Amino acid sequence: MGSFVQWLIESMFLWKALIIIVIFAITLAIAAYSTWGERKVAAYIQDRRGPNRAGWGGLLQPLADAGKMFFKEDFIPAQADKWLFILGPCLSMFTALMSSAVVPFGSSFIIGGKEVFVQAIEINIGILYVFGVVSLGVYGVMIGGWASNNKFSLLGAIRAASQNISYELAMGMSIIAILMMSGTLSVREIVLQQHGGNWNIFYQPLGFLIFTICAFAECNRTPFDLPECETELVGGYHTEYSSMKLGFYLFAEYINMFASSAVTACLFFGGYNYPGMDFVERQLISGLGANAGHNVATLIGIGSMFTKILFGIFFFMWVRWTVPRFRYDQLMNLGWKGLIPLAVGNLIITAIAILSGYKLVGIWVGLALMVVLISIVWSLRPKKKNAIMGA
Amino acid sequence: MQNILNLPPIWYTFAIISVLTLFGALGTIMSKNPVHSVIYLIVTFFSISAHYILLNAQFLAAVNIIVYAGAIMVLFLFVIMFLNMKEEADEMKNNKLVTAAIVTALLLGGILIIFLRRAGKEKVDTLGFNSQTGMVEILGQSLYGEYLLPFELISVLFLVAMAGAVMLAKREQGERHF
Amino acid sequence: MQLTNRAKKTDKSELSLFERSYLPSLATGLGITIKHFFQAKPTIEYPEQKRYLGPVFRGHHILKRDEEGRERCTACGLCAVACPAEAISMVAQERVKGEEHLYREEKYAAVYEINMLRCIFCGLCEEACPKQAVYLRHDMFVPVFIDRSDVIYGKDQLVEDMTHRYKRDAWTKEDAMKLWK
Repeated sequence: MGSFVQWLIESMFLWKALIIIVIFAITLAIAAYSTWGERKVAAYIQDRRGPNRAGWGGLLQPLADAGKMFFKEDFIPAQADKWLFILGPCLSMFTALMSSAVVPFGSSFIIGGKEVFVQAIEINIGILYVFGVVSLGVYGVMIGGWASNNKFSLLGAIRAASQNISYELAMGMSIIAILMMSGTLSVREIVLQQHGGNWNIFYQPLGFLIFTICAFAECNRTPFDLPECETELVGGYHTEYSSMKLGFYLFAEYINMFASSAVTACLFFGGYNYPGMDFVERQLISGLGANAGHNVATLIGIGSMFTKILFGIFFFMWVRWTVPRFRYDQLMNLGWKGLIPLAVGNLIITAIAILSGYKLVGIWVGLALMVVLISIVWSLRPKKKNAIMGA
Repeated sequence: MQNILNLPPIWYTFAIISVLTLFGALGTIMSKNPVHSVIYLIVTFFSISAHYILLNAQFLAAVNIIVYAGAIMVLFLFVIMFLNMKEEADEMKNNKLVTAAIVTALLLGGILIIFLRRAGKEKVDTLGFNSQTGMVEILGQSLYGEYLLPFELISVLFLVAMAGAVMLAKREQGERHF
Repeated sequence: MQLTNRAKKTDKSELSLFERSYLPSLATGLGITIKHFFQAKPTIEYPEQKRYLGPVFRGHHILKRDEEGRERCTACGLCAVACPAEAISMVAQERVKGEEHLYREEKYAAVYEINMLRCIFCGLCEEACPKQAVYLRHDMFVPVFIDRSDVIYGKDQLVEDMTHRYKRDAWTKEDAMKLWK
């Protein structure tokens, strides 16, 4: 028994468990307050005040909402497939919570002479893991929609499935361009390579655009919230859901938003890097000593990471309350005929730029050439005879 | 009993994952509802991915989940959700189907027995084993070095399949679409 | 036929490639929403902040007293006749000696009741009153009631309290009209 305790203390196990629990708690807290934030952002954009009765500035609103959810009747339709009906929201929540496991939220803490990464697990296939978990996210929606035994739910589920499959392709290809530049699949490595203002957004503007659009589609957020399109499908895949099962679906959406903001921050905005971080760390180390200085610098890095994540979440909401919903054929056209060809073009340009040795200049010149090429092809296309010209 | 308790922990892991795999596989063929079958199959894919991780093949595990569980099974589920299942319950009474199933099972069993008999003879060299074999770098180097031609041929095959799918889906003149 | 010159001509010309990328209009939209995000909000937070409803708002009824604190109402019943909802009822009584400081007229309303479930706050009672006795307050609502026995308001709730006299900018329709100019 003594040796086990010894092992427990010496190994990283305790610290890792602590970090996992903290990340888990922060994820849930941010997701809960995203619901408050969503309502506030919606209100402010529409010249209203938003929830401000429960607590100061409505800060207790998430608790009130959750309490309301818990006390609603938990209804399962008679003709529904009971187990799958329960499994659906659980899967949604499960996959949503899994995706932030490989995200490095900060560099590392030095505790008792050991370096502990601020990351749940560090695996050398981090991006593939994220991608795999994202591709599983649709199961919760599909299973829930099918099990409800309701035509609107089924339509929502089918829409979710085809939408996710379509946008995964473009998303994967925009990530591959990043992978080609960094030469690694590990998220931590990708973040480390962006050290010193060397953010991928400057190298991959088009990739970022495609990735963001696909992230919106994968999270089922407006303008791509077709699976729960209430004007056409009542409530979409969660029409039959009530109480905390519905709450899980809604909550999973916010966790997905958090996770995709975190991944976007890591892939394109340098993760926990911020301008002048070397200088800050040197000052802190000379002021506080090597270990304490490093730890405080890591904390500041975590702060910068969460600033980026929160801005990402705000951007999600900002777009939601600006843009109307796409029509389904527009969604498919954009995905298959717009984003995938652009992503392939981006891939080729990135490859050529890397081979030429001038990464930054090469990619921007390549993108400019692509725009020129597309506009030339566009101007040469056969004009429709019956198009309404002029007013 | 003592022997079981003294096994290294990885064996327990292996045993648990194997039980899960078999549970999923049996569930796939034994459940009457096709949607349940698909979900059991997803469980099987997951536990197979876990086996890959036990074998230190992280890349294969991830790709297995992305491609099979994430894409192909979504499409399966997508198609099965469209089908109306209630009318096809009589299919199992068809004699031809039962015969075909028995023959396939026997053939598969024969192949399995042959493989298992051979498998015992060759021992794995545990000391000379490169632990990085299943990692992305080594896999990429062998795929794009040693096996470049087959790899490119397969990608051409996929391209042909994609073009074929586009051709099939394309609207022909005079055809009505709703 | 052109009715107004406010009609906007829609531009149905084909979109250029730049416009078809949706990005310029998306950016414009995001600009508009973020502008609104930082704008001052016009919300009045009701129970804490109350806006002035204007001098002609018709709220809680009041039976006015005159300057000496005598009730003006003479129980003529014109308000009850004018009332389209038949919400008002009263019992008249003759003033006896010694009650001159209580009632201005020789006849007064011993009971004066308004059924607030029936009242539609039209203000016709106010216009019908020859003695300027009944008014609808502009500064006070009839509160929410949760019991049927709270619905019928008697004289205890209606007669003016001399310590907090009810004042308004315009007592007659003509005065109120002047306020708008």
